[in-house]
Amino acid sequence: MAEDVRALSAQLAQDPQSLVFLRLSEALRRKGQLDQALRVALNGLERHPHLADAHDLYARVLTDKHDYERAFDEWDMALRIAPNHTGALKGLAFLYFKVGDLQQAESHLELAQRIEPDDPSIQQAVAMVRGGAAPPPPSASASPPVPTPAVHTEVEAAPLLDESRVFAGLEGAQEGLVLLDAAGRVLGGALRNPAGADVTDAVAAYLAGVSQEAARTAKLLGLGAWTGLSAEGKHGNVHVSHPSKDALLLVVRDRGVPLGRLAILAQRATAMARRWLEKQ
Amino acid sequence: MNHTLDLVTRVRGVRGAMLVSADDGLVVAEQLMEGIKGSAVAALAASLAGRLRRAMEAAGLGASVFWHLQADQGTLLVVPAASGMLVVAVAEPDVNIGLVRLELLRAGEAIA
Repeated sequence: MAEDVRALSAQLAQDPQSLVFLRLSEALRRKGQLDQALRVALNGLERHPHLADAHDLYARVLTDKHDYERAFDEWDMALRIAPNHTGALKGLAFLYFKVGDLQQAESHLELAQRIEPDDPSIQQAVAMVRGGAAPPPPSASASPPVPTPAVHTEVEAAPLLDESRVFAGLEGAQEGLVLLDAAGRVLGGALRNPAGADVTDAVAAYLAGVSQEAARTAKLLGLGAWTGLSAEGKHGNVHVSHPSKDALLLVVRDRGVPLGRLAILAQRATAMARRWLEKQ
Repeated sequence: MNHTLDLVTRVRGVRGAMLVSADDGLVVAEQLMEGIKGSAVAALAASLAGRLRRAMEAAGLGASVFWHLQADQGTLLVVPAASGMLVVAVAEPDVNIGLVRLELLRAGEAIA
């Protein structure tokens, strides 16, 4: 394997525009050299942004690094480029299973099975999900990945998330996201402290009224309408937004997620919460 | 105290800065642009800081190190200092948040 990596590195150095980066990154990933695998995948992705296999590969490395939010985005992008990409479908199924959305996990696997009915790994994953067991983490086939033709035309719509649960598909939906009404009552999501205890109600009670106070402060300062409140704690970060006039959305992450990235995640969660609230 | 606030107000886009007593919301020192009601802002900032502190402690996130309120036409940035004071800045919406945060933290250390 070490020779493979060296040989592939040499090939890539000779022709940086080639698709060898797919095999090199996968080889590094299999060796557990995730940082290097990530760097190679990212460099390749910058050169081939419309290659579904590149997004799939990057998502697999991110999954190995437990960065599920970004992995979700990458597989989502792979499917936008190539709607029949079974690697991306399997990857999303895996992530849906992780957030407890068995229905979405199964439907993604079923779609993958329709596309590749003879793939035993998909059959096995479907059986596992139906039996309540986690499908195996997605991995590349033993053979080198076959690049999917690049699509430079109009991007196809991504599959819609199941919004019967407010934050379906977002990492931390049941431990780091909570939607409240103006009185501090929980509408969806849940919060757990670092010890794993459910602190949803306590935090909700303290946050009730923040919306009015933030609005008064912004108005007094002539700042217009408030759009968000970010706070950095010693053990974690938090972002508060208001998807509607009366609702408050709280997103909590550990300090490994910087405030800027937390704000991006919160924007996505806010949009989902807004759509969910509009349907009620 | 005013020298401490200078650290913050010299950042481009900052409209003013204050030191506020976190317990009672009273202004300890201020360098604000005309038109900003320092005493009212101090009271609300302290109240908001108190709510956030309690919520963050309940969530197991520990004490708040820095927070900022984003609004359409500006932002309010706050660092709770060890001395029981809040270092507060009011800034334009396109201010360099990272830079103001650093200066607020430095100011907070200076008054600790």
